[in-house]
Amino acid sequence: MQGILPYLINGVSVGGQYALIAIGYTLVYGILRLINFAHGDVFMVAGLIMVYTTASMPMYISIPLVLIFTVILGFAIERLAYKPLRTAPRMSLMISAIGVSYLIQNLAFYLTGGLPQPVKTPIPWISDTVTLFGASTKRVTVVTPLLTVALVFVLVALIKKTKIGMGMRAAAKDFETAQLMGVKINSVISMTFVIGSFLAAVGAMLYFTNYPTVAITSGGMPGLKAFVAAVFGGIGSIPGAVVGAFLIGLCEEIIKGLGQSTFSDAFTFALLIIVLCVKPTGLFGEKVTDKV
Amino acid sequence: MLKIQNLAVAYGGIQALRGIDMEVPDGKIVTLIGANGAGKSTTLRTISGLVKAQAGSIQYNGEELLGKPISSVLAAGIAQVPEGRRVFPDMTVLENLKIGAYLRTDKAEIEKDIEWVYELFPRLKERHWQLAGTLSGGEQQMLAVGRGLMSRPKVLMMDEPSLGLAPLVVQGIFDIIREINRQGVTILLIEQNANMALKIADLAYVLETGTITMSGTGAELLADEKVKEAYLGKKRNK
Repeated sequence: MQGILPYLINGVSVGGQYALIAIGYTLVYGILRLINFAHGDVFMVAGLIMVYTTASMPMYISIPLVLIFTVILGFAIERLAYKPLRTAPRMSLMISAIGVSYLIQNLAFYLTGGLPQPVKTPIPWISDTVTLFGASTKRVTVVTPLLTVALVFVLVALIKKTKIGMGMRAAAKDFETAQLMGVKINSVISMTFVIGSFLAAVGAMLYFTNYPTVAITSGGMPGLKAFVAAVFGGIGSIPGAVVGAFLIGLCEEIIKGLGQSTFSDAFTFALLIIVLCVKPTGLFGEKVTDKV
Repeated sequence: MLKIQNLAVAYGGIQALRGIDMEVPDGKIVTLIGANGAGKSTTLRTISGLVKAQAGSIQYNGEELLGKPISSVLAAGIAQVPEGRRVFPDMTVLENLKIGAYLRTDKAEIEKDIEWVYELFPRLKERHWQLAGTLSGGEQQMLAVGRGLMSRPKVLMMDEPSLGLAPLVVQGIFDIIREINRQGVTILLIEQNANMALKIADLAYVLETGTITMSGTGAELLADEKVKEAYLGKKRNK
């Protein structure tokens, strides 16, 4: 038990990071029925912004800046690359998303010169080493899942209780009727990108503070795994994305704990294939309401 | 008064409306009847702003509505109850009503209007906590109408409210339409059930493949031989 414990703690933490990214995928899919391929790259850019801002500014300025710039990036991507395609076939939207993904990676290549940027000044306090149940780990490992759960609660309350949340739920179900009710569809869609990017920025800070470098491809793997988590949980569902992310994080770390690190990535993608074959709607996929 | 002039609409390579003129005077029940594909729904959807027009004008009390966003048309006082009810199935009845008041900020008045809708449809009050997807077809239609009223419209446009409902339920819906009208809401009603629609209409238009071919009071059209033959399923007596 003592041997596996650090891996469990790590698994929950990795799961939290996946969850923060996965929500961005699932929210956008819920409304636009679009897999936003650029989301992993937004995550990477947030990491880069963190590297640059923390190197030159105090934390209380750089952390808000990371959040603000990432949110602006997400908002701008939607306005420039997806909004003009509102009435286009969904395939065009998807191709646009792939294009944005490569555009961001290439811009980042240009800016960084293709070199991984070292994380010189990780965020203090959360990168301190702490001892938990006799296992030594960084504080971020403990903070990540707690912060994730707190943010998810805020998000769910926002969607359940506020007016814009009601608009989001209506638009996710029926675009046209939502508009007939006066829901301004463009602000609702922008809102989902703002929320998704904000959470990705939080995730990026927690992820890269524990990591030696940020490279232009750094968004790829976590982005892809978060996407698998969203599909596993049932894409379009927020609880699904969160539960899926924690399960995948845990499974990966347990596999590592069993000494099979080579297979931890393979496991995740095998899981994707199995889910798509056996239960394409995922754990919490869109439920069909029965008449009573 | 809602005034439509020379309205032409095309989409997907089909000329859906070929320059129609019609008027919806305040306080009246106006109906637009016609066969499937005649362009009835297109007319409503163009007024709401869901569909873009090629030419023409739609004015409400002198204000041009064409080209305005959907929310502005609603804010001007024109609401639509869409075809096939389209209630939000995984929201409760109460939430569905609240979303009908999405543009409004006057909380106390919204509460009053919820009570007003409950008075019109006591069944909705009984079931206010239930998910809308679990209601029967007739109840969903009541909810769709109630939701439409929650924006406190001056004109309520209804797209085939009788679609797929049992005759007795249809009668109930038409009674309610009359009652809503009596309380001061102008009604623009689209129906395939021409008999029912003409009976309650003050003014009626017949739409055929994108052109208005006839108009008159409900009673006039009900008595018209051509209408009888084409829409009321009665043979001409020779």
